Amino acid sequence: MNVLKGRSARVWTGFAGAAVLLFAVAPVALSDFRLGLLAKYLCMAMVAVGICLAWGRGGLLTLGQGVFFGLGGYAMAMHLKIADAGPGNLPDFMQLYGTATELPWWWRPFANPLFAIAATVLLPMVVAALLGLFVFRRRVKGAYFAILSQALASAFAIWLVGQQATTGGTNGLTDIQGFFGYALDDPVNQRMVYFVIAAALLLLIALARQLVNSRYGELLVAVRDSEERVRFLGYDPANVKLVAYVVAAGMAGLAGALFVPAVGIISPALIGIVPSIEFVIGAAVGGRASLVGAVLGAVAVAWAKTALSEEFPAAWTYFQGLLFIVALAFLPGGLASLTKFVRRRRTAPAKASVVPVGEAA
Amino acid sequence: MTVILGQTFTGISIGAVLLLIALGLSLTFGQMNVINMAHGEFIMAGAYTTYVLQKSISSAGISLIVALPVAFLVSGALGALLEWLLIRRLYLRPLDTLLVTWGVSLMLQQLARDIFGAPNVQTRAPDVLTGNITVMGGDDPLTFANSRLFILGLAVAAVLALSLTLRLTPLGRRIRAVVQNRDLAEVSGISTSRVDRTAFFLGSGLAGVAGVALTLVGPIGPTMGTNVIIDAFLVIVVGGIGQLKGTVIVAFVLGVLQSVLEYSTTVSVAKVLVLVAIVAFLQWRPQGLYTLRTRSLV
Repeated sequence: MNVLKGRSARVWTGFAGAAVLLFAVAPVALSDFRLGLLAKYLCMAMVAVGICLAWGRGGLLTLGQGVFFGLGGYAMAMHLKIADAGPGNLPDFMQLYGTATELPWWWRPFANPLFAIAATVLLPMVVAALLGLFVFRRRVKGAYFAILSQALASAFAIWLVGQQATTGGTNGLTDIQGFFGYALDDPVNQRMVYFVIAAALLLLIALARQLVNSRYGELLVAVRDSEERVRFLGYDPANVKLVAYVVAAGMAGLAGALFVPAVGIISPALIGIVPSIEFVIGAAVGGRASLVGAVLGAVAVAWAKTALSEEFPAAWTYFQGLLFIVALAFLPGGLASLTKFVRRRRTAPAKASVVPVGEAA
Repeated sequence: MTVILGQTFTGISIGAVLLLIALGLSLTFGQMNVINMAHGEFIMAGAYTTYVLQKSISSAGISLIVALPVAFLVSGALGALLEWLLIRRLYLRPLDTLLVTWGVSLMLQQLARDIFGAPNVQTRAPDVLTGNITVMGGDDPLTFANSRLFILGLAVAAVLALSLTLRLTPLGRRIRAVVQNRDLAEVSGISTSRVDRTAFFLGSGLAGVAGVALTLVGPIGPTMGTNVIIDAFLVIVVGGIGQLKGTVIVAFVLGVLQSVLEYSTTVSVAKVLVLVAIVAFLQWRPQGLYTLRTRSLV
């Protein structure tokens, strides 16, 4: 009991520390520009929380989180574009192409702010539930699932590019001015967006922690490690996986929705195959099974990308590739397992260190 | 009628390209259970090999013929190197091979960008392959592009070569033995690690051949691998892991399906519909078209 108390005290201290850093230190220490970048990284971290749940805990390697990020992002951006255009007007890019004379039917519901906000989370969850139902019920798993989720990301990006007149095509939805009545070019409002994102991230981490520590969380790990045994115990592994996948999709959707006011754009280039895998990188480098590791990893990798890719685009790509190879081939638990790894090496040098991370064979 | 035949032929030629791309994967993914995301970059390596050879050999016809074996060797060597450096450490963690090899693919793409530049380059097709064959004359003639027919022939030849190698040669027997029961193969005196590397060499080499074929139908660029690799993986998944027969059938079926859907909708909608069809198909046969019967629970 004492152990538990110590543990939960440590968690609370960590949580409070993170909140102080995010809400008090960062806004004072960072310039408006840097704070804006941090807001963007925190959105990446929100996706990583979902990936930690689905992949780290559930063994579901999803290479299609970009789809859910995109669904959330487009749902939000569509509403903001309609609001920017004002009542009765078409969003600027539709006027530009001149092909649409009125708002397409599937755009219309997004004029309602409540519908749009609900859709940013519910739309990704519904899509994930549909795909998950079809895939998990028929016991499609492992590599098959990874490839299918990746194909979904590829098809979604291609579809968006193909529907230029109604989705903005390759450019996506750009130049978003307002956020529910607040002008986004005002630094004060940008700061508010940052606070909303930071609060959302902490909320998602708390939610994920509750899930991980519940009975359901144990069941999820059990499914990852031995699906058949869980089945024989009378549970349906398909449902367990479905919940993790759907929750992860909702988190990615929320991240996408908040990414739009922070950055002012959503486009197919942000949600195709490459960004979908990049979402996984952060979680993998930090430690796929550890919530803190995944979040810190996502922020660190996104930060490194900005820092390095602007000055040395070529070097960054080599570094990114190398980081991925080293982190996954030689340190599968990510940086979060580094201390464990070192400790184990020191105590038992003869034993090969195998970090128990999920691979539902 | 001409339209239907024309679309079917387009579909078959899409299928032939798909088949060439997927063939090497059916060896490395299907037989060895390694998800090599760098396979697309081995295809790219084959394409750039063709480009380099054409710069040094003036005759387009000769350079194409020389490119086929050279690209096979170049991509095969890359594959064997990758196997030796990384993949042999990861045989027990198939999902990690996917992410690790994606890191490799990133680096190879950047390498291509640094050597050949970011813009796409193009090769000249030999004169023989630039024309069309008219099959049905009249007001509405049906024509087949020679380059497409060449790719179809190449795909058929590659399938035959691979299937004969696996069936008849001592190497093929060793590969099948290792795939079916690694431990038993090892105690029977087969060096499993050497067989792994050779199989990887063959599979990656076939990617190089596919790269040569792709230079006939499109531009060569650093990201060309990423664009084709997903389709190839889908072919293997639907065809059934480790089943050459399934790969061949599914490549052509998906090619024709894609072509017919493109004709009746648009390219981008067709992509989405093909994916929906694949998920629907997996409801019916979750393990793919052809599967080995096993006693496993799934």
